[in-house]
Amino acid sequence: MLKHGILDVQGKTVENSLHSIGFESMQNVRIGKYVQLEIHADSIEQANELVKSACEKLIANPIIEDYNIQIEEVK
Amino acid sequence: MKFGVVVFPGSNCDSDAFWATSHNAKAESVYLWHKDSEIPSDIDCLILPGGFSYGDYLRAGAIARFSPIMREVINFANNGGYVLGICNGFQILTEAGLLPGTLMKNKSLNFICKYVYLKTENYNTAFSSAIPENKILKIPIAHGEGNYYADNETINELLSDNQIVFKYCTEDGEIDDSANPNGAMLNIAGIINKKGNVMGMMPHPERASECLLGSEDGLYIFNSLIYCLK
Repeated sequence: MLKHGILDVQGKTVENSLHSIGFESMQNVRIGKYVQLEIHADSIEQANELVKSACEKLIANPIIEDYNIQIEEVK
Repeated sequence: MKFGVVVFPGSNCDSDAFWATSHNAKAESVYLWHKDSEIPSDIDCLILPGGFSYGDYLRAGAIARFSPIMREVINFANNGGYVLGICNGFQILTEAGLLPGTLMKNKSLNFICKYVYLKTENYNTAFSSAIPENKILKIPIAHGEGNYYADNETINELLSDNQIVFKYCTEDGEIDDSANPNGAMLNIAGIINKKGNVMGMMPHPERASECLLGSEDGLYIFNSLIYCLK
């Protein structure tokens, strides 16, 4: 997601469109990316560390984006 | 004076950059492939050209930044070699951390392809020294993500160290919102690193390098490099 305070022009455009079709109650539309991946790791903690590192290096742009990580074990 | 034009999968201004430097600016120029693991020792200036490297997937420049040649580009720059990033090349340089800040989606969300006017804010660089003082450059842009953004601390550093080289302006040289095509902070069109050997710019000087193309103003940038580095 774009960091708080950075103008999300895409979100703003979608918000305007929502208002034009009757969803006036919807505000502050922000648009982000959803990345899903599978990872081989020994523990949830290790998986978290690896994904965090990947976010910092490639997946996110830390200058303008925040990210959060959710990890589920694949059975 | 020898230029090396790096070709990434999806680069589409590599031939233009090659032509502008070799034919129009009359320097030597060679292509370098993104999988190359070394940069020939006789290269004076690398050009990262415009285009859509790796389809702009994830973010413009984000994947190209990890191309094999980029490790060598970073070494080359750290050893004082000159690097010019144009459009997608600028995006790659910010992703690689060779230049500060980032390039966000254009404020209008449109891909914008048109001539713009540029005011030179710093003539004292190897990329801009041949530009006549007070000359307003007419050079085209063609991008969807050219909205320069950096945090306040970075912007203050850019200002105090005179790192802003080009700003978008009107035909008369006024720097205002009407001349800002993409929402860039302070109308920034091109910046240079602190050492003065890495510059990125969104406008395309190679597309303004002969009369037939509508402008020759881009040649000032290649000629600056040729005068400084020969």
